[in-house]
Amino acid sequence: MAAGVAAWLPFARAAAIGWMPVANCPMPIAPRDHRKRHDELIILNVSGRRFQTWRTTLDRYPDTLLGSSEKQFFYDEETKEYFFDRDPDSFRSILNFYRTGKLHYPRYECISAYDEELTFFGIIPEIIGDCCYEEYKDRKRENAERLQDDQDDNKDCKLPNMTYRETMWRAFENPHTSTMALVFYYVTGFFIAISVLTNVIETVPCGATPSQKDMPCGERYTIAFFCMDTACVLIFTVEYLMRLFAAPSRYQFMRSVMSIIDVVAIFPYYIGLVMTDNEDVSGAFVTLRVFRVFRIFKFSRHSQGLRILGYTLKSCASELGFLLFSLTMAIIIFATVMFYAEKGSSSTKFTSIPASFWYTIVTMTTLGYGDMVPKTIAGKIFGSICSLSGVLVIALPVPVIVSNFSRIYHQNQRADKRRAQKVQKARLARIRIAQTGSSCTGFLQSKRNDLLNELLELTGSEEEEQQLNKGMSLLESQHHHLLHCLEKTTAHEFVDEQLYEQNCLETTIQSYTSHSPSFSSQDGPIGTCCTRRGKMNSPLPNSSLPLQPSHQQGSLQELSALHIQCGDKLPHTTSRSSLNMKTDDVGLINCKGSQITTAIISIPTAPSDTTDGGGLHGPPHINTTASSNVIKVSAL
Amino acid sequence: FLPFPGLSSFPSLPLLSQTESSDCELELSTVRHQPEGLQQLQAQTQFTRKELQSLYRGFKNECPSGLVDEETFKTIYSQFFPQGDATTYAHFLFNAFDMDRNGSIRFEDFVIGLSVLLRGSETEKLQWAFNLYDINRDGCITKEEMLAIMTSIYDMMGRYTSPSVRDDDPSEHVDKFFQKMDRNRDGVVTIDEFIETCQKDEDIMASIKLFENVI
Repeated sequence: MAAGVAAWLPFARAAAIGWMPVANCPMPIAPRDHRKRHDELIILNVSGRRFQTWRTTLDRYPDTLLGSSEKQFFYDEETKEYFFDRDPDSFRSILNFYRTGKLHYPRYECISAYDEELTFFGIIPEIIGDCCYEEYKDRKRENAERLQDDQDDNKDCKLPNMTYRETMWRAFENPHTSTMALVFYYVTGFFIAISVLTNVIETVPCGATPSQKDMPCGERYTIAFFCMDTACVLIFTVEYLMRLFAAPSRYQFMRSVMSIIDVVAIFPYYIGLVMTDNEDVSGAFVTLRVFRVFRIFKFSRHSQGLRILGYTLKSCASELGFLLFSLTMAIIIFATVMFYAEKGSSSTKFTSIPASFWYTIVTMTTLGYGDMVPKTIAGKIFGSICSLSGVLVIALPVPVIVSNFSRIYHQNQRADKRRAQKVQKARLARIRIAQTGSSCTGFLQSKRNDLLNELLELTGSEEEEQQLNKGMSLLESQHHHLLHCLEKTTAHEFVDEQLYEQNCLETTIQSYTSHSPSFSSQDGPIGTCCTRRGKMNSPLPNSSLPLQPSHQQGSLQELSALHIQCGDKLPHTTSRSSLNMKTDDVGLINCKGSQITTAIISIPTAPSDTTDGGGLHGPPHINTTASSNVIKVSAL
Repeated sequence: FLPFPGLSSFPSLPLLSQTESSDCELELSTVRHQPEGLQQLQAQTQFTRKELQSLYRGFKNECPSGLVDEETFKTIYSQFFPQGDATTYAHFLFNAFDMDRNGSIRFEDFVIGLSVLLRGSETEKLQWAFNLYDINRDGCITKEEMLAIMTSIYDMMGRYTSPSVRDDDPSEHVDKFFQKMDRNRDGVVTIDEFIETCQKDEDIMASIKLFENVI
C-alpha cells in the first residue's frame, strides 16, 4: 500500500461503522496492535548528521531496513539513537522516500554509490519515481557498458577452453587479440589494396610500343595482371571460406553485408573463368568486371569510419529520399518552364523536356557546364531563377545529412536504450501490477493464513502462527480486517479470478443437491451465513470439543473456507463464521466426491458421534473412519 | 542558415506566460485552508492534543492545501478496495463528512467526523450512520436511498466474489433491512426507529465498538 494511503487507513476503518447497521453477520475481530499508541521521534545519526523522523513514517515500509526490526542492530543505547556509518548525502533521498513515498535519484550522485546505499537500506531501485527513473537507468547502463568494456578487454586474454572454431572467429572479429590475427588482418588489407590498384592501373595506357597504338596496361601485360588477379581472388576466397567456417551462425553470416560484399568481389573472376571467350558474352563479361570495384568495400572491415558512414546513409535513407523527391519536383518544373521558354528559339538544345532535365540539374547544382544555355530572354530569366533556387534547394541536404549523422549516432545509442528500457519498463509494470494486485491477493492469501492461524491458536502451536504472520505488517492486517468487514457486511467473499471462473463453471455445470436446509441455494448467501451460525449454536455443550488434540497429527495443511467442527467457544464464533463452507463448495464436495483434489485437514473429534453428526454441517456421508474419530474434510 | 534567427524567440512571450502563470498561482493560492487552533478542536472533539497533532500531520501530508475535494477523496478511498468500485460509496461518505456541503472536506470536518466515529457515544455513532444513509437529509431513510447505499456497498466487492453478487442481492438486503428496522411499516425508517432497533441488536452494538482503538 502506498505510504500516503496508509495515513488514511484509520479513517477508512472508522468509516466502516457505516456498514455495521446493515450487516447481518457479525464482524471479525480487529487485529491486535501490540505497539505503543502514541508516536515518537526517532533520531537517525548518519555519520554525524542527525535526521529525525516519526516512527510511523519509517514503519510504512516494513520490508526495508529502517522499517523493520533490523534497525535495532544499529541502536546505540547511550545516545538513544540509531547510528549508521553511511553517506549522509545519499541518506537524504532515502529518508525522503519514507516521507513522500517517492524515491528520487539525485543527479550529482555516483550511480554505484547510490546503488550500494539502496541495497544497504533494503530499497529496490525499481521504485524510483518516473521523474528520475530514466536518468537512473541511463547512468546505470553507461556504467554497465563501461564495466563490460573493461571486462571484454580483460577477457581477450585467452579463455582456456575455446574451440578452434571459436578462436578463429574471435581472431577474425578482433584482430588485435593475437599476432596471427593481426598478421592476417594486414595481409588481407594489403591484398585488397593491391587488387584495387591493379584494377585501376589495368586501364591506364602504358607506354606506346612502336608496333601498337596506345593500349591499356591490362592488355599489354595480360599475364601479369591475370596472375595478380588470381592471387588476390585466391586470398579472398580462402578468407571467405575461413570466415564461413568460423562463424557461429553460418546462415546469419551469409546474410550479413560484409559477406555479400566478399562474394560480389570474387564472383566475377570465377564467372570469367567459366565463360569462354565468346564474343556475345564478352560484353557482359566486361560489365561483370565492374563489380571488381566492390573489393574496395572490403576495406570497411578495416575502417570504422566507413562503417559509420554506410550506416548513416542507410539510416538517412528516408530523409534523402524525400529530398530527392522534392528535387525531382523542382527539376521537372524548371525543365518544363525552360523547354517552353526556349521553344521558340532556333537551333536550341532544349529539344524536349527530358533533354532540359540535364540543364536544370547542372544549373541547380551550380555546376554550369555550359553545354546547354538558354538564348531567349524568357529563358535567361527563368534560368537565373532556376540557379538561385537551386542554391537554396541544394544547400538543404548538407546540414540535414550532417545533423543526421550526429542524430544517427545518438539515435543508435537511444535505440539500444529504448530496447533496454522497454524490457525494464515491462518488468517494472509487472512489478507494479504485482504490488497492486497483491493487495487483494495478499488479502486472499492472508485470509487463508488467518483461518489456519485461528486453528493454530486453538491448538496452541505458536511457531507456526508466527511463521505465517511474519510477512504481514500491522497496516496490512488492518487493511485486511477492513476488507473482511466488508465481506461480512455483504455476506459475500472475495475470491481471486481463477477461483471465480472455476466456481462459475461449477455452478453452471453441476446441479448440486442440497443436503441440509442450511445450504439450500434458495437461501441467499445471507441466509446461509447466519442460519449456519444459528445452527452452530445449537449443538449441545458437551460437543464443544476442542481442536487442541489435533496438533498430535502435526500435519495440518492449508485450510480455507471450510469448517466442520461445531464445538465452538463463543469468542471464536466470529472467526468460525468466516470458515463457513460456500454453497458451491458443497456442490463440489457432493458431486465430485472422488475428485477432491485439495488439501485435507484431519480433525479428531470427541467420542460422541451423534452430537457431531447432528451438529455437523458437512454432509453426513463425508464422515469416515469412525474408528479413528477423524473427520476428513476437504477444503479448497 | 535561417536568415533571421531572432524571429523565433520573441522577447515578449515570456512576459505573457509569466502573467498567465501568476494568475493561475493566484487562483491556486486562494484554495487553501488553515484549520482552527488546536484548542478549539480539542474542545469540539474527543481527541487528545497528541492525537489531533498526529491526525493533522497525516492529513496535511496527503492534502497540503488543507482541503480534500471529492475526486481526491474517491481516489484515496478506492485504493482500499482494489477489487471493486468504491467511488459511489466514497461519494456518500464524502457527503457524510462534508457537513456544510461545500464540496470539500476541511480538517475540522474530518476530525469532527472521526471523533464521532471513534470516540462518540453509541447513539452518536448510530446517528452518524443514519446521516450517512439519509442521503437527502430529510430525517428518514427511504427504500430508494437505502438501495443506493446498498448497491454502492456491493459495488465495492467487485466481480470476483463467492457467491457471485446477483442483481437483486442489494434489494433483498434492503428488504431485510427494512423488515428489521421499519417498525410501523410506513415504508421509511426514521431515526428513532433506527436507533431503537440497533440498540436492541447485540451484533450491531458489538460491531460498532470494534473500531474504538483505531487511532
